[in-house]
Amino acid sequence: MSDNRRKFLKKASAGAAAVSVPMLWPGVAQAQWNNQAEKGAKLRVLRWKRFVQGDEDAYMVNVKKFSEKYGIDVRVDNEGWEDVRPKAAVAANTGGGPDIILSTNDDANLYPDKLLDVTDLSEYLGKKYGGWYPGAQAYCRPDGKKWIAVPLGCAGSMIVYRQGMVKAAGFDAFPKSTDDFLKLFKALKEKGTPGGMALGNATGDGLWCNWLVWAFGGMLVDKNNKVVIDSPETAKALEYGKELYATFIPGTLSWLDPNNNKAFLDGQISVTNNGISIYYAAKNSQEAKVKEMASDIQHATYPVGPVGQPTESHLFFNQMIFKYSKYPKAAKEFLRFMMEQEQFEPWLTGAGGYVAPPLEAYTKIPVWTADPKNTPYRDAVKNMRPAGYAGRLGYASAGAGADFIIVNMVAEAVSGSKSPKEAMQRAQQRAERYYKL
Amino acid sequence: MLHRLQNSRNFLGLAFMLPAGVLLLLFLTYPLGLGVWLGFTDTKIGRGGEWIGLQNYEFLWGDSVTRLALFNTLFYTTVASVIKFGLGLWLAILLNERLPFQTFFRSVILLPYIVPTALSAIAFWWIYDSQFSIISWALVKMGLIDQYIDFLGDPYNARLATIVANIWRGVPFVAITLLAGLQTISPSLYEAGAIDGASGWQRFRYITLPLLTPIIAVVMTFSVLFTFTDFQLIYVLTRGGPLNATHLMATLSFQRAISGGALGEGAAIAVAMVPFLLAAILFSYFGLQRRAWQQGSDQ
Repeated sequence: MSDNRRKFLKKASAGAAAVSVPMLWPGVAQAQWNNQAEKGAKLRVLRWKRFVQGDEDAYMVNVKKFSEKYGIDVRVDNEGWEDVRPKAAVAANTGGGPDIILSTNDDANLYPDKLLDVTDLSEYLGKKYGGWYPGAQAYCRPDGKKWIAVPLGCAGSMIVYRQGMVKAAGFDAFPKSTDDFLKLFKALKEKGTPGGMALGNATGDGLWCNWLVWAFGGMLVDKNNKVVIDSPETAKALEYGKELYATFIPGTLSWLDPNNNKAFLDGQISVTNNGISIYYAAKNSQEAKVKEMASDIQHATYPVGPVGQPTESHLFFNQMIFKYSKYPKAAKEFLRFMMEQEQFEPWLTGAGGYVAPPLEAYTKIPVWTADPKNTPYRDAVKNMRPAGYAGRLGYASAGAGADFIIVNMVAEAVSGSKSPKEAMQRAQQRAERYYKL
Repeated sequence: MLHRLQNSRNFLGLAFMLPAGVLLLLFLTYPLGLGVWLGFTDTKIGRGGEWIGLQNYEFLWGDSVTRLALFNTLFYTTVASVIKFGLGLWLAILLNERLPFQTFFRSVILLPYIVPTALSAIAFWWIYDSQFSIISWALVKMGLIDQYIDFLGDPYNARLATIVANIWRGVPFVAITLLAGLQTISPSLYEAGAIDGASGWQRFRYITLPLLTPIIAVVMTFSVLFTFTDFQLIYVLTRGGPLNATHLMATLSFQRAISGGALGEGAAIAVAMVPFLLAAILFSYFGLQRRAWQQGSDQ
């Protein structure tokens, strides 16, 4: 490429970017926001601990900007996401604790009455940034009217794989069907480069079990919230899972969220399910061997099963303001500030695309295309099925998820600890307990 | 009047006991009572519940996961407590001997106990890791095994692995407390035994063990209580997995009540632990501590 041509493209792309910026946020003229934070307000925010360092760094830069602009002190505490849920539950029950909590999955639906109505804020953001995806609305606007939390996005649970190993196993492209997916895992095992996915009580990485059940037409509950997990469709999923599990690296029954990251980066597995954190860690590693691995890492969406449509399940994040907060207006202002493009874009870029956006406009942020390997994560919220599929989200779906009913059913059946029928019956009985409301 | 009260033993006794009584009511009786009450309701996180009588207990009785958790808890407590007692006694007797660097060794023994439980659990998590276990690595390098041991992925391995971690953590408490008990036994008794020609085993059987029994009763009661209610170790190591194989009553109670939001049911699981804990205390109280000789009798 000649220098002149390069300069032209540079200028042209810069110009195109300048022109396209207003187009990214087409509804800006309609969005109105009126809110005055309380004088002397102080805020406490509890959020899940970062899986990628850039997330926390960029978040704290935004927090500092907020404090400087509004003169409001913000204390941010970070906890592992396993620990955020209990703390949020205690806060909801006792009526005291952080003003804002960033939590996982459908936690907001455990205690909707304890959360501040954030309909005005969510509608403002929705109008300004191209609208909320239906999955985000399902989590945070369970009745279709009132917003009980502001969606932050989700950590996409995608397939992470070693391109070289998959190719060596005879696959030029990553399989798109469950049949080919199984063939790939069998071939990888034969080659001595097996795959592995978590089957322990892992909040994030256990979500692949939802995909498995849904891919074959199984579901925990139907549209009327009737428990229907004990079904021929689930049985097929579990039989398939048994074959898949037989190819896994030993030890996946004990895996919690960090295990597959470690095994993958150590070169012990070739395929797993994860957020973008494995790739992020490889890219930013100080070890040359791990850094080299980044070029061989690829991402893909989950294969489609006999049900004939994608059945993605991702780890969703809520931003909840509790009613007991002394400074509800300041809390709303904080969330608005953090969700505005000026803050959200650098945060998402810092996080390397760890959180897929819930607002359509933010899928146009360059982080998703600057590195094509990030792109599969971009549409995670757009494509996800909410955790309580096909029923309504609420206390029951949140409880069933937190109790690992699906994960344990899959683990029991695929490991041979229980027959698929026994595992399904156990899951049915347990889920009925939650859905008996 | 005031003067009379100031000289009244009954009034002063009551007055001095009152703060302790209030504290007990506030921090012991009230939470326990609330827990029992919640167990009879369908309370959820963030919302009140209604009285449902024994419904939670009926469900739990038929719930296979709760039964498994009960089995796990009893297995965990029994095996860990017996081994902790055996190892603790052995260590206490060793440390009671005149050893070089005695104080140093006594301090070292205490180390596992002073490390925060969560930290030691994380260390064990690495030790048992299915891919990076130092134990498996060493055994493979020595040519003793071909593939890594699945410490936490196999239900029975996981149960035993968590028990070993609990023993490592709990032995110092037993050893140091029994050592304190051993040091109260007068050496003259051993000298008299030796003069009478008693063997080492006979000295242990007829001097050490009887005189140590009150301490053993107290130590083992606490050890059983701590083990039965263990939470942190399991929560960090396995979160109750794999396949609920390491769920103890305490971890299951937490999972159902706090994570799952079913406060009433979680409380019922916690309350179901109370009879077992009471049994352990009563066994110690009636079976060991109220022996006649302990109360000054020469029988």
